[in-house]
Amino acid sequence: MGQAGAFTTSFLEFPRVSFYSVLPADIISTVEFNHTGELLATGDKGGRVVIFQREQESKNQVHRRGEYNVYSTFQSHEPEFDYLKSLEIEEKINKIRWLPQQNAAYFLLSTNDKTVKLWKVSERDKRPEGYNLKDEEGRLRDPATITTLRVPVLRPMDLMVEATPRRVFANAHTYHINSISVNSDYETYMSADDLRINLWNFEITNQSFNIVDIKPANMEELTEVITAAEFHPHHCNTFVYSSSKGTIRLCDMRASALCDRHTKFFEEPEDPSNRSFFSEIISSISDVKFSHSGRYIMTRDYLTVKVWDLNMENRPIETYQVHDYLRSKLCSLYENDCIFDKFECVWNGSDSVIMTGSYNNFFRMFDRNTKRDVTLEASRENSKPRAILKPRKVCVGGKRRKDEISVDSLDFSKKILHTAWHPSENIIAVAATNNLYIFQDKVN
Amino acid sequence: MFARGLKRKCVDQEDDGEGALAGFGTIPSYSLQRQSLLDMSLVKLQLCHMLVEPNLCRSVLIANTVRQIQEEMTRDGVGQGAAPQSTGRAPLDRLVSTEILCRTVRGPEAGCPVPDLGDGPLQGPLPEICTVDAAEVPRSPQSNPWEMDSPRESRGSFQKSLDQIFETLEHKNHSSMEDLFSDMDSSYYDLDTVLTGMMTSAKPGLCDGLEGFAAAAPPPGSTCKSDLAEVDHVVEILVET
Repeated sequence: MGQAGAFTTSFLEFPRVSFYSVLPADIISTVEFNHTGELLATGDKGGRVVIFQREQESKNQVHRRGEYNVYSTFQSHEPEFDYLKSLEIEEKINKIRWLPQQNAAYFLLSTNDKTVKLWKVSERDKRPEGYNLKDEEGRLRDPATITTLRVPVLRPMDLMVEATPRRVFANAHTYHINSISVNSDYETYMSADDLRINLWNFEITNQSFNIVDIKPANMEELTEVITAAEFHPHHCNTFVYSSSKGTIRLCDMRASALCDRHTKFFEEPEDPSNRSFFSEIISSISDVKFSHSGRYIMTRDYLTVKVWDLNMENRPIETYQVHDYLRSKLCSLYENDCIFDKFECVWNGSDSVIMTGSYNNFFRMFDRNTKRDVTLEASRENSKPRAILKPRKVCVGGKRRKDEISVDSLDFSKKILHTAWHPSENIIAVAATNNLYIFQDKVN
Repeated sequence: MFARGLKRKCVDQEDDGEGALAGFGTIPSYSLQRQSLLDMSLVKLQLCHMLVEPNLCRSVLIANTVRQIQEEMTRDGVGQGAAPQSTGRAPLDRLVSTEILCRTVRGPEAGCPVPDLGDGPLQGPLPEICTVDAAEVPRSPQSNPWEMDSPRESRGSFQKSLDQIFETLEHKNHSSMEDLFSDMDSSYYDLDTVLTGMMTSAKPGLCDGLEGFAAAAPPPGSTCKSDLAEVDHVVEILVET
């Protein structure tokens, strides 16, 4: 799979348009475009959120691609200490999800292991001037000195983007939150941890409904955890969640208050010829995403990406090998814990191409229609601005061609876990440890 | 009880050129590989970062892997040479397996001595610990084809360790650090001591095999080595009584 240089599809000729390095010490932990693609949010291990905004293309320079520049930066979560358990709660942002824009302000949800926050990001370009009780510097005036009254007026000022926390949804998760998903009704959202899924109303922070609970009465019997969850893009009553045993459950909230009994159960029968002690671990699903159409779901496990039709539960309709050459290295990857890396996967706007990350700063794209795939690399050394990305190839056998890289030379510390695809254009964001790459298709 | 005789045998194994321990350099048999995997898995389960809550998904996956290995070992009738080996090698494997078992988990009357009783964060008096463990009954009543007593206990304590790990994860939800320690098998922390003890002790044969994942063990205080010697002494005294 993966023939180098033979592609003509435009999405593969990707120039590098922008390259941003978030504060060097911080590892990017989530990347997400908003619904229009105008904004791109990243969360990092230090609890910070950085939002990039696409430059408006001016009418004079039609050919100039809209570049993404930093729009707002704020500290979303701080490290906390749970005194009851004597444990630290990391400030790392696990997920960011945007709400659809309903007015001039932008809203997003960001979460760490325990707490979800709703942030409002708004612009201020006017400032009131002419207060009666305060002078220009803000100092209070002595009321005795005021002889006339005036009405304050709004005067233009330099654009300021401010982020304010509007809601804090806390104390609802005993275990670590791995997913949040905004419902298509735009009034509710869900948060999922290892064993439970809660449904929230945006307006209510002091209670949430538990809709899935897989915690066994006896924790010693625990053999399966929830790994990811997402609402259906159009049906506000439907959601899916994936498990560490490689299964996906689709639930309908109309069926019962506690959706412990699934409506559909997706599982692929195991291939007995490939069975090993690591079979279960590599079958654990690290990400699940509905297609934009809502007809399919895509799952990512350690070695593959699978596309499932919602109407067929017994096996996926498509399976793509991400890095099958790692199959013979599973023991080493188990030893160094890489086998537990949680890769995400994304659809493009038309659901025709899927993308996911790998090691050595490689990321992979699969065209579902042509069945072609490509491996690209996100690295400073190999990319110059406006240059076309060169497809990469990993060689398994002994004979290594020039430009190929052998499996044993792969750098497993350089992993691309988080990627995002613009909702309608061929623009992708790739997080490589602490660097963010934004690639754009030059033919748009 | 404490099989000092067995310990001596362990030492002999290292010197024995045919000892399967030396086989860490060569391709080990399937059962040895499986055993290594089991050891590695237990190390991973027990070496949790104590400051931040351990990743539950990872723990569950490793625990399931451990169960799988144990089940297969039971099905294979481990130790009876059911695996494809010459009958001459079977007893050797059993001894080796036992020895490796000893190194990772302390059973109630551990064929395994010394390093398991490291002091780690537990500052409690050692004799108490010994007594408690001697009274422990292995949880899993699986019929064990192994001939030796200690491996059976050790196997039982595998199950116990697994269960305790989950209990620990559960208990972390509402108990203090003291409770954490009192509930758990002290081998939870001893493992750190075991491995680092291995690293610092003059037992090259054992070290080589474990080096791969011993490297993952957080370095403890420097008093470890001297404490081990002390503990060794204490254990011997207890055994006599």
